[in-house]
Amino acid sequence: MRPKRLPEWFVLLLPAFIVMAAVVLIPLLFSLYSSFTPYKLTRPSTLWRWVGTYNYEKILSDWKFWSAFGRTVLFLTIVLNLELLLGLGIALMMNKVTWGQRTLRTVLMFPMMFSPILVGFQFKFIFNDNIGLVNNALQSLGISDAALPWLVDGKLAMFSIIFAEIWMSTSVFAILILAGLFAMPRDPLEAAKVDGCTAWQTFRHITLPFLMPFIYIAMTIRSLDVARAYDIVQIMTGGGPARRTELLWTLMSRTGYVDARMGLANAMGYVSILLSIVFTIYFFRKLSAARAELGMAG
Amino acid sequence: MDRNLNHRNRRRMLKALHFTGLFLTMAVICIPGLWIVLNSFRPTVEIMAKPPVWTPSFTLEHYRAMFGGAGEGGVPVFQYFRNSLIVSVTSTLIAILIGMAGGYAFARYRFKGKSGYFVGLMLFRAVPGVALSLPLFIVFARVGIIDTHFGLILAYVAMNVPFTIWLTDGFFRQIPKELHEAAEIDGCTRWQAFWRVEFPVARSGVASAAIFAFLTSWNEFALASQLTRSVGSKTMPVGLLDFTAEFTINWGGMCALAVLMIVPALILTFIVQKHLIAGLTFGGVKG
Repeated sequence: MRPKRLPEWFVLLLPAFIVMAAVVLIPLLFSLYSSFTPYKLTRPSTLWRWVGTYNYEKILSDWKFWSAFGRTVLFLTIVLNLELLLGLGIALMMNKVTWGQRTLRTVLMFPMMFSPILVGFQFKFIFNDNIGLVNNALQSLGISDAALPWLVDGKLAMFSIIFAEIWMSTSVFAILILAGLFAMPRDPLEAAKVDGCTAWQTFRHITLPFLMPFIYIAMTIRSLDVARAYDIVQIMTGGGPARRTELLWTLMSRTGYVDARMGLANAMGYVSILLSIVFTIYFFRKLSAARAELGMAG
Repeated sequence: MDRNLNHRNRRRMLKALHFTGLFLTMAVICIPGLWIVLNSFRPTVEIMAKPPVWTPSFTLEHYRAMFGGAGEGGVPVFQYFRNSLIVSVTSTLIAILIGMAGGYAFARYRFKGKSGYFVGLMLFRAVPGVALSLPLFIVFARVGIIDTHFGLILAYVAMNVPFTIWLTDGFFRQIPKELHEAAEIDGCTRWQAFWRVEFPVARSGVASAAIFAFLTSWNEFALASQLTRSVGSKTMPVGLLDFTAEFTINWGGMCALAVLMIVPALILTFIVQKHLIAGLTFGGVKG
């Protein structure tokens, strides 16, 4: 008897499943286990002591964790929305360019070519209160006479980090939306023109619905990437001053590597992965709904 | 013709607005990067000058130091560069192949638990490098692939597969099913139909996924810093740290290495760019 053939979709997905299982699932299970132990890097034997949900209870009553959590959500909301608006604007502007667009598109992706760690160093330098570009420019132009402590003042530091993050990644939105604009069928647009729609009506009722799937894909990818923003924050402020820019992942790595409390850090990781799960499922629902509207569901 | 004139003026104004907007955007995008490039050619005294020196002088001091011997502040640039190139290119190619297969499966087949798998895949990307790096280090050390190209490639493939799948799935969905059905009626096998008909149409999606995958692995830091130990496998982002001492940062040297890091990314992006436009020619096909 011939063995039953595997369905095609399964064969196609198999490589992806294998890689994910090998690289992500196994370490993930390991860290899940260690979140129930008082694991300390300095004392490996602690890995075998089971403390149940002790780490999680500790986190739930820790205001440092919750303020980092809240700050991450706030950071995420601001960054995502601004990036979407700016990216959409840039994509629409780029779409209108008829001459030298290829060069412009490459320039547009310039920030993406910078390593996040490099962006961190770059803006640490640009926002430096003593010799930084921003302060020098402001003072030369006579806008401000004192050096602004961009990375030292709590509020300004958050602003600086948000600026760096948006600078780096708005192009992700812009490029994906632009690709969507290129893939757009021309007929409905022409029909709308014939019917006498205004530019705004055409955009609102034809272009935007068509772009929504691209937007939600970009949102999902970025929400996950921003939620784990680490390199930039770590390098620009290290979570300081006085924890004013502490996001979940800087807190986690400090707990895990500096305080050497790996178990606790992994427990934090799991609580914050919940945040990503909520975001991903939310955007996926939106994506499916947007696709259903375009007749591309299934 | 007052109305005509008004109309023309309005168009002219919109055009000017469009131009200004584009110019400002490009300026904001370019200046921080250009600042780095500029700094890599300036002597350290000038970089640190206060008040700033606006008339730049030109020096290759930082580049000379970087390529120089170990004693003169040199770093093993060529090895870093080679490692980065091998790891990024290989992992991008593998991730694209695996991702394309997966994306196609999601776009074209109906099966049970589909959205579950789809969301589940993306969640793997939710796991941050910081959280993953230690367990991954332990597992990789057990298997003995720490500090090898293979280990890094494997990690980056896993990192890039989820969104490659999401992206290619999105683009394959744009292609009407009738297209490959027609090809199959004309005597193509499903495999041929894919490569001759669907792949060329989805090329823009694959190209953008490739750019993202390459840039992600080219620039990744958190995992690379954990999984590499020696010059044999360290990548360029990790190499950047060679320029930091405990309390000081060698800005000039760092900028020079940064420029070296950006050039390949710039070239690659420019080449792959033209495929992004591929969708345009098929704009007439109804979605």
